[in-house]
Amino acid sequence: MHKESEIRDPLILGNKSYHDITKDIAFPVEGKANKYWWILFSLSLVLFLWGVVSMAYTIGTGIGAWGLNKTVNWAWDITNFVWWIGIGHAGTLISAVLLLFRQKWRMSINRSAEAMTIFGVAQAALFPLIHMGRPWLAYYVFPIPNQFGSLWVNFNSPLLWDVFAISTYFSVSVVFWYIGLIPDFAMLRDRMSAKTAPLKKQLYSFLSFGWSGKAKHWQRFEEVSLVLAGLATPLVFSVHSIVSMDFATSIIPGWHTTIFPPYFVLGALFSGFAMVETLLIIMRKVVNMEAYITIKHIEYMNIIILLTGSLVGTAYITELFMSWYSGVEFEQYAFLNRATGPYWWAYAIMMTCNVLTPQLYWFSSIRKSFIATFILSIFVNIGMWFERFVIIVTSLHRDYLPSAWTMFSPTFIDIGIYLGTIGFFFVLFLLYARTFPVIAQAELKSIVKSSGSEYKNKK
Amino acid sequence: MSKNTLYGIFDCELVLLAAVKEVRANKIEIKEVYSPFPIHGLDKALGLKETRMAITAFIYGCIGLSLAALMIYNIMIIDWPQNIGGKPNFTFYHNMPAFIPIMFECTVLFAAHLMSITYLIRNGLYPGAASDCPDPRTTDDKFLMEIEVEGDLAALKAMLTKNGATEINEKDA
Repeated sequence: MHKESEIRDPLILGNKSYHDITKDIAFPVEGKANKYWWILFSLSLVLFLWGVVSMAYTIGTGIGAWGLNKTVNWAWDITNFVWWIGIGHAGTLISAVLLLFRQKWRMSINRSAEAMTIFGVAQAALFPLIHMGRPWLAYYVFPIPNQFGSLWVNFNSPLLWDVFAISTYFSVSVVFWYIGLIPDFAMLRDRMSAKTAPLKKQLYSFLSFGWSGKAKHWQRFEEVSLVLAGLATPLVFSVHSIVSMDFATSIIPGWHTTIFPPYFVLGALFSGFAMVETLLIIMRKVVNMEAYITIKHIEYMNIIILLTGSLVGTAYITELFMSWYSGVEFEQYAFLNRATGPYWWAYAIMMTCNVLTPQLYWFSSIRKSFIATFILSIFVNIGMWFERFVIIVTSLHRDYLPSAWTMFSPTFIDIGIYLGTIGFFFVLFLLYARTFPVIAQAELKSIVKSSGSEYKNKK
Repeated sequence: MSKNTLYGIFDCELVLLAAVKEVRANKIEIKEVYSPFPIHGLDKALGLKETRMAITAFIYGCIGLSLAALMIYNIMIIDWPQNIGGKPNFTFYHNMPAFIPIMFECTVLFAAHLMSITYLIRNGLYPGAASDCPDPRTTDDKFLMEIEVEGDLAALKAMLTKNGATEINEKDA
């Protein structure tokens, strides 16, 4: 048994018993959706459909449907890809790294953060797939000899590392998520009555894999969770490092820097936590989880955002310093052009949303406010999208010959695909919120006793 | 004499843990304990052996690493060596720094997936399997101790009640 400081505030509110937790977690699954759920769901579905039409049009006519040109040959597609992958990072950080550090507050939020990871990575994976132009030839990326001879994929290339990193990350995240879901599906299965909800009962029986909660099974469960966390931790750092190498191993000024891997990983955690906050602040209202996702959780996440935001700011300044210190005029121009060239406004948005506004979290009143956190988390989401846009487009649009200099403007289709993935993401998340146990209730029950319940009773 | 199965139901994991120790101290074998969440120290109290899941993960990881190295060696060095960006491609050893990311990913891929599959198989979990739990409340808030006994039921029941069981059910085998 563990001991916890008596003066520490409880992690979940309302003096819940085990049965209360069961009821609260099963509530969104058993109940009917409220008005807000339907409004959000319809909006997301409309965006998603716009995305589907745009993707179909792109695949039907070709990549020319996008705003890319010969100079800016990578733009929104890779920006969105990196943005979504980055968002996918917080889930594994919360469930794996915080598990290794024995941070118990993660238990209220890890399930949803992992769901966000999986749905986010799925959106990210769409972009390279569409950008192939002929997605039915996607199997070319796997190490199989193609039909024109024994020509293989190139294991020296960061693009192939990406294929392995992202597919490993996605599949391991799904497995980690599901291992934790099995006992919670079993809880739902045992609550469903075979008479009133036969279909649901069958569904959750199927999904729960016959879990019964035996002592030996729990023992294995804990060990497997720990080992998966240990495996996922280096994995999460490797994924975004490898994504950054897509840029860093090229010789484009502005991309060719050794700071990229740690800088991208920090940026990913920063944006991932912001998206977790955006989602959870909505979710705690929509599915009545106010007692579980408290201001304490939000405050802890705000502290991580403050830390990673400051580190990202340091990375920006380091980049500027290194470009000056390098003495290479092309490097110097790339950064001067970023800050003062035609895309100065994108750079200004990036600096404001990623470096300046998160500093407001030094004030405890802002750190402990749901509304302020919600607004600032949206700022971070926007800022991190612009960070990728700035890195990608401003580095490309002024290339080697001034005659090739150009600007990038997205087409209706570009915008459609981007907003479509946001719609798709929310469609998946909203469906998840009504069919899955949104909080890892089995794990959560194991900390109720140590989260200050006795202290509360004494008061 | 027929074998009887007793189900002692508890409300609190700390009471259950104490009861498990007490019952085992009286040389009575506990067949199984069902609980809604993992209880720290229960495996030791029940005398369960340590699980070997982590060892399997290590072995699977080694397999993944070896297979990845073998695959890349065969593709990049033996079958179709290419000069890509001037990277040395004569020996695996010289070209290896560029292969590390994929070797690492394959290690994790194999370790995580094969361990999880082993976990499911060892626990007898598969899609659609039926639960063999005697009381559905054990996934909610009850803790159940299953004891198979021949003979004196009354004494055992008394002991369970004394140790905090809130409910005792009986099943004829």
